[in-house]
Amino acid sequence: MKRLPYLSTVLLGTAVVLVGLVQFQSLPTTAAPAPDSVMLNGAGASFPYPIYAKWFSDYNKLHSDIQINYQSIGSGGGIRQLLSGTVDFGASDAPMTDQQLGEAKTKILHFPTVLGAVVPSYNIPGLSKELDFTPDVLADIFLGKISKWNDPAIAKSNQGVNLPATDIVVVHRSDASGTSFVWTDYLSKVSPEWESKVGRNIAVNWPVGLGGKGNEGVTGLVKQTPGAIGYIELLYALQNGVAFGRVRNSAGVFLKADLASVTAAATGFEKTIPADFRISITNAPGKASYPICSFTYLLIPTTFADAKKKQVVKNFLTWMLNDGQKDAEPLSYARLPKEVVARELKQISQIQ
Amino acid sequence: MAGIPIPTGRAAVNRRTSGLVQGLRSGDTFAHLFTLLCAASILLVTVALVHQLYINSALPRHKFGFHFLIGRTWDPVNGDFGALPFIYGTLITSALALLVAVPMGVGAAIFLSELAPPRISNAMTFVIELLAAVPSVIYGLLGIFILVPFLRQYGEPFLKRILGFLPLFQGPAYGVGMLAGGLVLAIMVVPFIISVSRDVLMAVPVEQREAALALGATKWESTWEVVVPYARIGIMASIFLSLARALGETMAVTMVIGGTPAISASLFAPGYSIAAVIADQFAEATGDLYIQTLIELGLVLFALTIVINGLARVFIISTTKKGSGH
Repeated sequence: MKRLPYLSTVLLGTAVVLVGLVQFQSLPTTAAPAPDSVMLNGAGASFPYPIYAKWFSDYNKLHSDIQINYQSIGSGGGIRQLLSGTVDFGASDAPMTDQQLGEAKTKILHFPTVLGAVVPSYNIPGLSKELDFTPDVLADIFLGKISKWNDPAIAKSNQGVNLPATDIVVVHRSDASGTSFVWTDYLSKVSPEWESKVGRNIAVNWPVGLGGKGNEGVTGLVKQTPGAIGYIELLYALQNGVAFGRVRNSAGVFLKADLASVTAAATGFEKTIPADFRISITNAPGKASYPICSFTYLLIPTTFADAKKKQVVKNFLTWMLNDGQKDAEPLSYARLPKEVVARELKQISQIQ
Repeated sequence: MAGIPIPTGRAAVNRRTSGLVQGLRSGDTFAHLFTLLCAASILLVTVALVHQLYINSALPRHKFGFHFLIGRTWDPVNGDFGALPFIYGTLITSALALLVAVPMGVGAAIFLSELAPPRISNAMTFVIELLAAVPSVIYGLLGIFILVPFLRQYGEPFLKRILGFLPLFQGPAYGVGMLAGGLVLAIMVVPFIISVSRDVLMAVPVEQREAALALGATKWESTWEVVVPYARIGIMASIFLSLARALGETMAVTMVIGGTPAISASLFAPGYSIAAVIADQFAEATGDLYIQTLIELGLVLFALTIVINGLARVFIISTTKKGSGH
């Protein structure tokens, strides 16, 4: 009898430790490179990390003498490391600002790689139908001006839905994030009040709501809190089966984000994308365009001291824009429109 | 190389080598140099840390001055930053953690050292030491999946019903917030308090207990009136160790505190702590002012820890002077 509590406590303790071990399992190990091999180091955005990891690993399988390492330390960190010259290339969800480009020692090119989207996820128990959001409603909810789910403004675009009279709990990201940038950039475009009061950035002074860390934190809070609404990456929502609503685009069509409607948003902007690809594609024109999308970029310097590295970068970009794009959909990323790919292939020649 | 020489023939030959080598060999000089180096390196790291934090936060220090400490806005878009909500959140969650953890931890330590049968005591001590080694992200997950839903559904509505007349327990029950942050911290620091306090209590000389019992004290009287006061300073030390951990704890708090830089009287309201906001926003932060402000927050946390540790020291000294056990 006396052994039992001891045994169970030890078992419990062991279980706790095992959980800890599972959390910190297998760090990626890198094989020692061959003598004449080329090693590239990059750092930046975490959003495209899964597909970058696949690309770099696949590319290494095709060319065993080439190894590309990528650390997903965040867009801001990627830009900082690129500017300080500690990495060969950077990666960012938001394009670099003019000021940042001015700080760079060499010209830096933006190469869009895939597209991401942000979706509104909510938790209203017993709702009969999926919700439709107009841009004004989203802005007013996040401004705190709409605080009940049965607000007439919400009801107007959701005829016949049994909206409850419960409080809306707004959930946003507490960490600085490209996802927040896309979301606040969109709200700034559709709501002058949002633009003047809050503005767009990777982190803002939120008028209302709770903060969750990462997509998983926001999703967790939304799932746990009745009456909550939060914004998360489409990639995360698709892979984890999180429910989300439709959003009205600039052509007046309510669209549920999917990979096709995200690619369509980039196509919608095709004519207006500037030569350096630095553009926000939120609130895109076109009936088929989902309005809350963005490119994610590789940031490549135009000059490399090492000629070998330069050639590897050029070859990799060409491969990524052709074969690599096929990896996008299986990993829930939206691929680039053909027109953008064609323009990027031309830009590769600028790398000297 | 630096072992204690055994006087064999070979060692005798070695003795004839130079004085320095002999000094090193005998261990004294070597030990002196080595330990001095260890102590100096700690000092060096501290100085380097403060220096780096200081020079890398020049922009916000010049822009906001001491107003930074009382500013309440956190607006990365317009570059307007204030630290007060974070200082507030850090202090409140840590205070809450101690409020819960100290009685629990000291109580458990007394039970384990004085009252429990050795078998149970040893088994539980083993588990407690395991708990002290669990990474904080695990406590954060525990917070998200168990504590937060529990607080939202049962804990906070219950507190509101019983103590709702106090501003501390008003407002909507989100689950996440200051209360959740403080409770997760409490769970995290309890093992420290128990483990250190138990060791201190066990170290109280058995004569102290025997003397008390011989004078006719009951078991509990001897524990509470003699053993605990005798071990008081050690127990205090365990509490301040826990406070230091609570002030700087990052991951677990970040996951449950609600990530909102606001000052609210209610413990149910979401808040933010200094360590949490640095962890949350540093990786992605762009722009010199934003990054340097986060670094300045690190400086503020450092200063806060020093002030609190200083106060703790003063407190210990003042209680020792009028103390009974010594």
